[in-house]
Amino acid sequence: MTSYLRFFAGHVGRVVLALVFALPLVFMLVSSFKPDDQIFGDLGSLRAFLPVGALSLDNYTGVFERVPAARFLLNSVLISSITVVLGVIVNSLAAFALSRMRWPGRKLVLTAVIATLIVPFETFALPLVWWINQLPLLRVNGFHLEWTTGWMDTYQVQILPLVANAFSIFFFHQYFQSIPKEIDEAAIVDGAGWFTIYRRIVMPLSGPAVATVAILTFLPAWNSYLWPLMVVQSEELRPVMVGLSYFFQLNVSWGQIMAYSSMITVPILALFVAFQRSFVNSIASTGVKG
Amino acid sequence: MTTLTAARERPRPVRRTRKTHARRREGLTALGMAAPAVVLLIVFVVVPLALTFALAFTDARLISPTPARFVGLDNFTRLFQDPVFFKSLRNTAYFAAVVVPLQGGLALVLALLVNAKVRGVNFFRTVYFLPVVTSMVVVSLLWTFLYRQDGLVNHVLSALTLGHVEGRDWLGDPATAMPAIILMSVWQGVGFHMIIWLAGLQTIPAELYEAADLDGATRWHRFRHVTWPGLRATRTFVLITITIQALGLFTQINVMTEGGPLDSTTTVVYQAMRTGYEQQQTAYAASISLVFFVLVLAVSLVQRFLTREKD
Repeated sequence: MTSYLRFFAGHVGRVVLALVFALPLVFMLVSSFKPDDQIFGDLGSLRAFLPVGALSLDNYTGVFERVPAARFLLNSVLISSITVVLGVIVNSLAAFALSRMRWPGRKLVLTAVIATLIVPFETFALPLVWWINQLPLLRVNGFHLEWTTGWMDTYQVQILPLVANAFSIFFFHQYFQSIPKEIDEAAIVDGAGWFTIYRRIVMPLSGPAVATVAILTFLPAWNSYLWPLMVVQSEELRPVMVGLSYFFQLNVSWGQIMAYSSMITVPILALFVAFQRSFVNSIASTGVKG
Repeated sequence: MTTLTAARERPRPVRRTRKTHARRREGLTALGMAAPAVVLLIVFVVVPLALTFALAFTDARLISPTPARFVGLDNFTRLFQDPVFFKSLRNTAYFAAVVVPLQGGLALVLALLVNAKVRGVNFFRTVYFLPVVTSMVVVSLLWTFLYRQDGLVNHVLSALTLGHVEGRDWLGDPATAMPAIILMSVWQGVGFHMIIWLAGLQTIPAELYEAADLDGATRWHRFRHVTWPGLRATRTFVLITITIQALGLFTQINVMTEGGPLDSTTTVVYQAMRTGYEQQQTAYAASISLVFFVLVLAVSLVQRFLTREKD
């Protein structure tokens, strides 16, 4: 009897908490289909969370009139997908060298990499802006290539700083250590090189780790706001989050803000729900050891 | 006997050179594989960090006709006489001191709730994680709307208490602005640490629980003597990651309050960004970053020391 009660209490707790986490997001999505005056009118009742009343896509058409939303979406898809691909390759290569191969200085490099975890990006963002203005850049000018300096207003300035990531390296490192090293020795006896072991043996065995690092690289790339605000001036290179600032100029429409927020959030939530099983299992299987 | 030893020893010199050769090749390959990540980290983290530290001792400005001069500790002298800096230190410490236990503890409760073997548990895990996947900028905007005087939070509170709680402007009042931001930040971030705790819970062998049951342990005893000790490594990880994340509080402040009202929500990183970017006092901002870096380093080292393995 008590165990039944306990089960019941646990379930009530789970449901109440689910409401706490889901309702603000439900409110955002539902409001995106309502006119501004109805959003405010519905706040006093449960209607705030329900798709009722004068529902329309007006806020969405308004969004496309107000900002070049399609261009922003395209930019963000481009930036985040390249960041994810490069991030998975670069960080797994480094983690492979750090966890499975023997070389002098390995421990030192691993410690230094993990040490970069404690520095929030904002603390060195400003000197980074100055610094990227000194970096050389190969630009296409008409029919020939020419060297210039300064990475302001480019795609790569939005991609490359996000690629190498201490957390991803650490995560791959932990995962690779759970794969028996005897496999490497056997492969070497068979004449395989280290790169072959990485590409043909270790990476194919690391699917869940790749999925996790892909998600954890994608999110900051898709969500980046401050950095593109500082280094991108041209509208045609801007990512989605920067688009949010357009809605606070002139007449503020909360319906449009909810519509734009839903547009840039809901696809990501859907992607996450589709992949969440491998994500959760992968973190669980590495058993993160601090 | 002698022939045997000789036979065993003869191939050795050959093998050794081959072995050192293989070692050297292994080392070179490893360096090549680690190089892209290491170079990117040097270019985009180490160099700008070193620049920050160097700039802190100059009078550099973002746009300036004269080149930067070395000014020694001037920026730090100014910093330690700046009341807003001390306010931002206090606010950052307050935020971290509340968020670390609150988010860590709530995440553990959530993990225990979704670690039960009941139907639909996967659904709850997913729902609790949704805010983590949502951008902090979007979350901050959404909650700015919810926290308004005529916003949803006030309506829900009034409905739950049958009108006993007075509506207030949560972000406009110096007394409630920071607590409101704390609640929202925990709401957004707790799902991630739930997953980390869950990972830890799943490494605890089921036999330990069976043994505890055989000994007639109560649920509390099971938690106290099996679960809690089994989560030692996870605890360190959760503690250090939430602390670093909390000390870096910036986006929420930038979007929701811009440090106000009356500097009640200004934080160290926000101060550094505002003086450096909006007011273009690059060197002064760099000195704030340097002090901040030293503080975070000190806190992490203390935490590492306190949670070290006591073998």
